[in-house]
Amino acid sequence: MNQQVQRLAQGGRIDRSRPLDFTFNGQTYQGYHGDTLASALLANGVDIVNRSFKYSRPRGIVAAGAEEPNAVVQLGASEAAQVPNVRATQQALYAGLVARSTNGWPSVQKDLMGVVGKVGGKFMPPGFYYKTFMAPASMWMTYEKYIRKSAGLGRSPAEADPDIYDHRNGHCEVLVIGAGPSGLAAALAAARSGVRVILADEQEAMGGSLLDSRETLDGKPADQWVADVLEELSGLANVTLLPRTTANGYHDHNFVTLHERRTEHLADCAPRTAEGARQSRARLHRVRAGQVILATGAHERPLVYAGNDVPGNLLAGAVSTYIRRYGVVPGNKLVLSVSNDHAYRAALDWHDAGREVVAIVDAREAPDGDLVGEARERGIRVITGSAVIEAKGANRVSAARVARIDIDGFRVAGPVETLACDCVASSGGYSPVIHLASHTGARPTWNDGILGFVPTLVDGVHAAGGAHGIYALGEVLADGVAVGSQAAAATGGEAAEVALPASQAIAESPACALYQVPHEKPTLRAPKQFVDLQNDVTAAAIELATREGFESIEHVKRYTAMGFGTDQGKLGNINGMAIAARCLKRTIPEVGTTVFRPNYTPVTFGAIVGRHCGELFDPERYTALHQWHVENGAEFEDVGQWKRPWYYPRKQGGKLETMHEAVARECRAVREGVGILDASTLGKIDIQGPDAREFLARIYTNKWEKLAVGKCRYGLMCKDDGMVTDDGVTSCLADNHFVMTTTTGGAAAILEWLELWHQTEWPELDVTFTSVTDHWATMTVTGPKSRALLAELTDDIDLDRESFKFMDWREGTVAGVPARVFRISFTGELTFEINVQAHYAMHVWKALFEHGKKYQLTPYGTETMHVLRAEKGFIIVGQDTDGSVTPEDLGMQWCVGYDKPFSWIGKRALTRSDTARSDRKQLVGLRPKDPKVVLEEGAQIVFDPNHAIPMPMVGHVTSSYYSPTLDSGFALAVVKGGQQRMGESVYLPMADGSVHEAEITSTIFIDPKGERQHV
Amino acid sequence: MFQIYCPYCEELREEEEFHPKGQAHIVRPANPEACSDEEWGDYLFFRDNPRGIHHELWVHAVGCRKFFNVTRHTVSYAILETYKIGEQPSVTAEPAVSESTTSTDDVRQGVRA
Amino acid sequence: MSESALSRVNLFDSRADHASVAVESPLAYSWQRSGAPAPSAASRVVLREQTFLGHLILRGGAIVLDEALREVLDIGLPGRPNTLSWDVSGERSIQWLSPDEWLLIVPGGEAFAVERRLRERLADASFAIVDVSGGQTLLTLEGEAVPELLMKSVVYDVDPSHFPVGKGVNTVFAKATVIVRRSGETRWELVVRRSFADYCYRWLLDAGEEYAIGVER
Ligand SMILES: [Zn+2]
Repeated sequence: MNQQVQRLAQGGRIDRSRPLDFTFNGQTYQGYHGDTLASALLANGVDIVNRSFKYSRPRGIVAAGAEEPNAVVQLGASEAAQVPNVRATQQALYAGLVARSTNGWPSVQKDLMGVVGKVGGKFMPPGFYYKTFMAPASMWMTYEKYIRKSAGLGRSPAEADPDIYDHRNGHCEVLVIGAGPSGLAAALAAARSGVRVILADEQEAMGGSLLDSRETLDGKPADQWVADVLEELSGLANVTLLPRTTANGYHDHNFVTLHERRTEHLADCAPRTAEGARQSRARLHRVRAGQVILATGAHERPLVYAGNDVPGNLLAGAVSTYIRRYGVVPGNKLVLSVSNDHAYRAALDWHDAGREVVAIVDAREAPDGDLVGEARERGIRVITGSAVIEAKGANRVSAARVARIDIDGFRVAGPVETLACDCVASSGGYSPVIHLASHTGARPTWNDGILGFVPTLVDGVHAAGGAHGIYALGEVLADGVAVGSQAAAATGGEAAEVALPASQAIAESPACALYQVPHEKPTLRAPKQFVDLQNDVTAAAIELATREGFESIEHVKRYTAMGFGTDQGKLGNINGMAIAARCLKRTIPEVGTTVFRPNYTPVTFGAIVGRHCGELFDPERYTALHQWHVENGAEFEDVGQWKRPWYYPRKQGGKLETMHEAVARECRAVREGVGILDASTLGKIDIQGPDAREFLARIYTNKWEKLAVGKCRYGLMCKDDGMVTDDGVTSCLADNHFVMTTTTGGAAAILEWLELWHQTEWPELDVTFTSVTDHWATMTVTGPKSRALLAELTDDIDLDRESFKFMDWREGTVAGVPARVFRISFTGELTFEINVQAHYAMHVWKALFEHGKKYQLTPYGTETMHVLRAEKGFIIVGQDTDGSVTPEDLGMQWCVGYDKPFSWIGKRALTRSDTARSDRKQLVGLRPKDPKVVLEEGAQIVFDPNHAIPMPMVGHVTSSYYSPTLDSGFALAVVKGGQQRMGESVYLPMADGSVHEAEITSTIFIDPKGERQHV
Repeated sequence: MFQIYCPYCEELREEEEFHPKGQAHIVRPANPEACSDEEWGDYLFFRDNPRGIHHELWVHAVGCRKFFNVTRHTVSYAILETYKIGEQPSVTAEPAVSESTTSTDDVRQGVRA
Repeated sequence: MSESALSRVNLFDSRADHASVAVESPLAYSWQRSGAPAPSAASRVVLREQTFLGHLILRGGAIVLDEALREVLDIGLPGRPNTLSWDVSGERSIQWLSPDEWLLIVPGGEAFAVERRLRERLADASFAIVDVSGGQTLLTLEGEAVPELLMKSVVYDVDPSHFPVGKGVNTVFAKATVIVRRSGETRWELVVRRSFADYCYRWLLDAGEEYAIGVER
């Protein structure tokens, strides 16, 4: 086991009495409870954590938070628990943690990648992506393999995830994002006002910068104030505290998605609760907030200098965090390169830890703030007007080259001094974290006072503290309280007192604007100066992009890949923009910023999916007879969300029937005996009111004024463009009372369609619509023997063919259950559709089977239904129609009331020139010349198979089946002018080169006079 | 994800409960047969696509099932008002922009660029 | 009132009231398929299906319906959107669904008689009544963790401080829709469509696992 060589004997918020073993790249190490993976790696002196994306350069840990660009690791001890793209700086250490570099092929330590890396360097110049995408698509395939393998951005697990994830819909008046000083103060103010507050923070512990601050509040360490505030907040019923929760996306109308990592700090896979229940590994909170407070703080900007990617180059603030929060010093000899006072903390903390501070190199000529004074008092060497222009070293920093610089002239202005060291920390200032505010689409505004962009805020959103450039602790706290009170008041909160803790006044000298540090050589020839470490974008690449004519920062971004992917420009964006601005001789605000997009950090797919997976992926709607279908071996078909029996394969001679065999058997049973279908899924709409009949006449194409009580009628519905949209049978239950049936898939849409016309165009009509789809179960008993079967189960319905005619309905009792029975037919056979309240469906269905034994009553599914209806030329809307088919195209002029007084929906469009053309595609029947052929649904039709390619396509097959009755394949199709081409041949060229010939026929293949349904 | 005030339920509800139904105030010609093909085509197919204020028809599908109108800003996505069928919008033009404030339009430049 | 008003609609009692007729609630299949974990002392949510109640949809003007309901059932129509009220016994409830639509839930077997009496009382007024008893079922959820469970399931704000007793809304539940009602301090109700009942039940069992959900049968 390696030693924690960089761990201090005391200090930090880790628990040295709770050691934790973990594995990184196959090596076992030890850290402590309270560590992040990053702090534990640094404690163990692990310098290299990855190889870079493009150049395969060794990379170490740079930051301590979400902005970390290099320490992006693959987590998981088992295959199933693999998680890619985890930032080691955000991953709490737990016993048994296993992590590996995402980008270490074959090893991060050995530069076996050197060759490939060098190839890669030339192989992927700036503009690589741009040029690749502009190149023929086939090239990308070649590149992609290389990139995946050599760059590797983590991989998804090859096995099913054992964990569950879920969602929670949260509502609050005030959502505070970030629990640093401003967020805590804002949350406290809002919480005391009584409104509901959610406080979310992405770190393991709330407190933000106060957890590693050198400052005191009320004379006590700052983290004591944090503890006090959290104690109060956690005791309030109106407050929800969400640690380990990242606000990843800010969406319209204050809808914010929060990604809570619930068990990732405990183990690879979520442990069960004490009661043995599963708990979700991550939870996506979908929060609708009255007011949102962005207390997201600021990210420190690194300086851009040569060799700034060699392990041992860190952010100044990260150095402080590792020392003060984790008791880890990431090196022995520090050179600090800064443009501001605040970063001096790193040197003071380093010095406190008993290690050597070689020098502080300050770009300013005469810094004189309090922290500068303190450093000087301790005897630390402060070199002014200068910067680290280059870090030397291969796998670890070995020296810093320091020189006087002329910022305005962008040149090195004096001799270079080389300082031996193993750590270079830098700070070029601070960038407010404006990502969430940018998600709204609002462009941030440049603020020269703080040398950073501040968020532009839309209604209901506030920024507090560092998020809008307020950095002094006392001001941050006051700002938090003010913003929290303001947000609470806007949502009805009572004004509440919040006393601010006393903070120290620290005098600061102004920062200077420094982004890229000049080198002796011009940028294009200097050693690489990295802007975006994650995407391997250098200052030279940005300069090159501007030279190649890319002036818009959005184009520069796409050309260079700066700020792409999971990084989202957290560290590099401002530096990149500043470099582009310098090259283009513009100011930063003139160049502008790129748009940050959700998500702020990667969100696991599991959390996005939540519990909407597996058996809960989508609702499965069942009829009241579903259990019977399951028990009787039905295969199911999805029709919308419904599960409908497709066919019922039987065991024949020890073998299960194929679908073809089952359907042939089911078809014969209906044509020769009696079959039964569960038709409960058809939409059913109860229509009441004195104007119901008038409404039907307006919404359907055909006539309704004379439909008598006790009668049913088929109806066709169009949209106002004249295209068929639904069909079904509507029955007159009483003068003012109808029940409409719709297609299974169209039920909800048609109800909304009826409401649309009633509510917006014809509110004067006295009529109401109510869905009764679920109330009624519908059993279709069909076939020549259906009457005999039904007669055994009812004694109060006269089934005589003269008194209960085709297209009549009657009410009575079936198997002791009140029923409405409809003599309508979708098979062409004698049919009774029995409707009973769904609670009794199973009773009636089973009674039918009991009595049906002697008739070999045969259940059939949707496939047989389709064959039987197609043999009769009955259309299925959505299969034989596609939104471009008129009633006339279907040859259904008999169903069009041309002379109805009201110009019904769709009528006017039928006379538009395009709709009235005679060469429109029209529905016809097709009989393949070879009866064994079942044409492919969707197959294209041509008139001349010898025509040169491309052949003019004149239609396509809409429905096609094998008919056991005809012993032949047959089809419905739409063909240009088809209704005038009866008896002609058409051709269907297939993908395999064969061509089928078929004859255009009537759409009715069986019983053209319709006698069988009338028996 | 919008939050929409249903004028019938009299409260803000989540977008998931609603269906958008296109441009509002499209009136079906009283006498379709009197329309030329062009007029009928305009009624059927032609809709405004403004940058800015847009009046839309929505339905509270998973709720009260009532249709109503929404005045929405197509750049900021701000919903400026909702009102019942049969009522007229009260917001029909961009609010005047004073010199000192940035217009919503400018703020949202590049919203979905 | 005129006989003719009644005759202009088809008044049909679809309820079978014989012991010989087997009756199945919308969750009958679910009990078979997914079982029903027994409530325990640890259960922070207990689910129960209130089977075979009468569910009637009332359509029409608030004033006439209010008068008729007071006379027939001694319940006033809830005036505010998204609220419901109960009769003295607590067995009958009427819920606002839209400005001209209400859901009346009565004990099993009463629906047809109530419909007839309301129709007689309303006579020639403009209204509609539709029996949907077979098409939906009422689930009660009881326990202190019900709001937590619902937050994992519905998009509506069900925080008890914002969802008082007597509130009821039609909203999105997982990928289905349900009516959510609060009938007591820790008692909530879901009105679920029959065809979605199994999906909703499985969702509730899954989401309720962390609260040791129990099912009373
Ligand atoms: Zn509504």
